[in-house]
Amino acid sequence: MSSPESSEYDGTEAAPHGKARSTEWPLWEIFIRGQHGLSHRHVGSLHAADAEMAIKNARDVYTRRNEGVSIWAVEASAIAASSPEEKGALYEPANDKVYRHPTFFDIPDEVGAM
Amino acid sequence: MYAQMIKSTGKGIKSLDEMDPEERAFQERIDAGGKIEPKDWMPDGYRKNLIRQIGQHAHSEIVGQLPEGNWITRAPTLERKAILLAKVQDEAGHGLYLYCAAETLGVTRDQMTRDLLSGKMKYSSIFNYPTLTWADMGAVGWLVDGAAIMNQVPLQRTSYGPYARAMVRICKEESFHQRQGFDIMMKMANGTAAQRKMAQDALNRFWFPALMMFGPSDKDSVHSAQSMAWKIKMNTNDELRQKFVDETVPQAEYLGLTIPDETLKFNEETGHYDFAEPDWEEFFQVLKGNGPCNTERLAARNKAWDEGRWVREGLLAHAEKKRSRKMAAE
Repeated sequence: MSSPESSEYDGTEAAPHGKARSTEWPLWEIFIRGQHGLSHRHVGSLHAADAEMAIKNARDVYTRRNEGVSIWAVEASAIAASSPEEKGALYEPANDKVYRHPTFFDIPDEVGAM
Repeated sequence: MYAQMIKSTGKGIKSLDEMDPEERAFQERIDAGGKIEPKDWMPDGYRKNLIRQIGQHAHSEIVGQLPEGNWITRAPTLERKAILLAKVQDEAGHGLYLYCAAETLGVTRDQMTRDLLSGKMKYSSIFNYPTLTWADMGAVGWLVDGAAIMNQVPLQRTSYGPYARAMVRICKEESFHQRQGFDIMMKMANGTAAQRKMAQDALNRFWFPALMMFGPSDKDSVHSAQSMAWKIKMNTNDELRQKFVDETVPQAEYLGLTIPDETLKFNEETGHYDFAEPDWEEFFQVLKGNGPCNTERLAARNKAWDEGRWVREGLLAHAEKKRSRKMAAE
């Protein structure tokens, strides 16, 4: 059996995500706001030479079926993101503050809805 | 499916006890149904496998535009033309969703494009078959997109977040593709004798290539186990192929068309159809580049890339000029 596995694909080396690349158009992250009053939501990314083109491309790529009424395009290199290693420091302090949730407090039934 | 014969880089599957703590935590998260996100730690093999798989899937969407694009100018009515245009545009969109998912793993778009154009990265074998008549547009939508859906629906639950999210978008749109194909087949199958003959001919030519889309038989598919442990492959090739046959045979019967397999028979015992395997030697030849249209498809992509170069460079130069003018004015 002649197997194509002999031509294993292994050439692609990882490069930092979002870093400026010499010949490529910059990477833009696209956010779309739908029709029903929800906030803009990340839908994906695309390449474009400038912001105007990013919005035009986003319209073609991400709103072919009336998914949105507003587009934000942000150059990926301009986004600051938290890293997974910070998870504990950032989010664990919230775990022992259960009193921030309304269900922490018992309100007697006779008081009614609150 | 759209990614066939993805070679796993792992050296067999390790048990949880054999893993170092990082890898063990990673595997346990996947086992618990958690998602892996771009910045999370992941084994090198997981990253490489996913780049290959998502990249091959993306390339398939892009090259898959060619056999259908062939019929846009010759669609029988204005409505069919508009529908086909929308479908081919969706395929471009699907390719882009997938490229951007692959890019989150650290590979650049240009690198993936170069590897497609050089023949280093593959795309699905199915797109190396020609589309000879209008009925082929029906058969492609019905069978090829139908087979793709079988694979893509479970991939919505894959462990890599960006890939799963791309799949959710793709699956929403893919159902339109299969239905428009079946609609063309219905029209042809209920048309004149000549149209019926064209529909049958299209089914005859696309049936076995569609079965090949699921990849080699499980007994010859040596790289599945690691991919399934990582949940970047959700079902075995044979499972999905059987599911496809079971769903498609009654549809062919409805159309009054005959599946080109004399051994096809419903098996009361198993509750599934028994069917003939495709010619695997043909499959391997097509993957190696010796299918009917391999040369033509790659030449078309290379031509588009080469001839688009001045546009890519020109728009980038224009954007840079605008930026520097704006900075000078401020």
